[in-house]
Amino acid sequence: MSTLLELRGVEARYGPIKALHGVSLTVAEGEIVALLGANGAGKTTTLRAVSGTVRHTGEIVFEGKQIARSKPDAVARAGVAHVPEGRGLFAELSVWENLRMGAYVRGERRTLRQEAPRVFKYFPWLERRRDQQAGTLSGGEQQMLALARALVGRPRLLMLDEPSLGLAPTVVQEIFRIVKELNADDGLTVLVVEQNANVALAAAARAYVLEVGQVAIEGESAELRRHEGVRKSYLGY
Amino acid sequence: MALPLAVVWSQVAQQVTSGLAAGAIYASLALALVLIYQTTNVVNFAQGEMATFTTFIAWTIMNHGVPYWPAFALTLLIAFGGGVTVERVLIRPVEHRPELVIVILTIGMLIAINGLTGWIWGPGVKAFDSPFPNRSVIVGGVAISIQDIGTFCICLGTVLVLWLFFRFTTLGLAMRSVAFNPDASRLMGVRVGWMLALGWGFAAALGAVAGMMAAPTVFLDPDMMLVLLIYAFAAAVLGGIDSPVGAVVGGLLLGVVINLLGSYVDFVGQELRLPTALAVLLLVLVIRPTGLFGRVVVRRV
Repeated sequence: MSTLLELRGVEARYGPIKALHGVSLTVAEGEIVALLGANGAGKTTTLRAVSGTVRHTGEIVFEGKQIARSKPDAVARAGVAHVPEGRGLFAELSVWENLRMGAYVRGERRTLRQEAPRVFKYFPWLERRRDQQAGTLSGGEQQMLALARALVGRPRLLMLDEPSLGLAPTVVQEIFRIVKELNADDGLTVLVVEQNANVALAAAARAYVLEVGQVAIEGESAELRRHEGVRKSYLGY
Repeated sequence: MALPLAVVWSQVAQQVTSGLAAGAIYASLALALVLIYQTTNVVNFAQGEMATFTTFIAWTIMNHGVPYWPAFALTLLIAFGGGVTVERVLIRPVEHRPELVIVILTIGMLIAINGLTGWIWGPGVKAFDSPFPNRSVIVGGVAISIQDIGTFCICLGTVLVLWLFFRFTTLGLAMRSVAFNPDASRLMGVRVGWMLALGWGFAAALGAVAGMMAAPTVFLDPDMMLVLLIYAFAAAVLGGIDSPVGAVVGGLLLGVVINLLGSYVDFVGQELRLPTALAVLLLVLVIRPTGLFGRVVVRRV
């Protein structure tokens, strides 16, 4: 498997507060990788460094190209879809208009014509409610719309920031089931940030555990599940 | 308040239609204010002066023998380019500064453009041609001036074209998404800075329409839009400063109400029209700060 994304010694700060102290990780094409850790460990900041929405130093290589100094819109056009914390939906726009924005990155109309039917296969209810205002959807539906919107742009890499946050367990299961399906069907590469380590390790092949802005533990999911420290701190048994 | 005993229906209708024509001009300028407010989050105090400047450009083009409608179209293009340039050159460097900085910048632009207009074209009042004949048509016993009908149709036609653009084109959708959520738009691959510049371009073009439609009646001089801007501001606040629909409805409503009050309430007359508009502004801000169509801004903590 070839490397799709590689971070080498990435540091980031919010004003005087340093959030990342040299994060290095790789994501290979076609794999699901989880990024675990406690609150404030730097998971979200790592994703934001990749998408260029936080000031950072260090190297970020995507498909062999250096993107560390690229602006967010350029990173998106390079094929990285970032579903951020809080989902970043356009609450005032309709479901369909949100999907149109997802296709914007590759030229709206043609992309939408090709990709919408594919995405509706995974989220059939979206098609029936395409004219509903996105802000009026339930939390779980909003998370699924955010996921669908990212998929419409046919990204090379999908980055999900805590898709389980604030959602009922059944909805979380559903979302991860779809992510796994997409990975199996289309070989979609996913980098997912999660506090819920159980559900993330069930979906991911590999995982990194961040502690105070650095990678503390890394390995195969099965291996991490047996890891004493991970079990105690993140899995809760 | 001395209301005349016999209010003749046809006269009222006449006042309403000419109020609608004036209101359509307020609506265009108010919509220009809203377009910029939605993306840059400030009221562009230079909106009126930008409109005056472009109307003078139209006057110069027509003075060179270009017929009205080609000159009109050319002026819109120039205004659009000018608006984009203003955003890129003047606003962009202060984009991330506190809003007060941008407000002061637009006030500075107001003074600078006003001075520049007077310096280039001189301070005197100039006649500006109207594309419409100076006649009236009688509809159901009501005499409606063709000038009023034309002004109304051009202003609202422009608004309609703009609405279609925002509703149905990819670029229009991207511009709306930037107004709602610039950070999320960036993640969708939208070049946010350019969308802001386009917003300024459309606002400037709308202002140019308002200026060219107003100039035949208020005459062309460097200060001609100062008063109109206040009406437009009142209209925008009445409709809700963040609502495009509100700006248009607010403009039309204000035009009609001011015209009726000016004609039928003696003490308002001609002189107190502007203070009446300001009173509307004040009342709305006190009673319903979000206006007729505005959103209540809920801040999450």
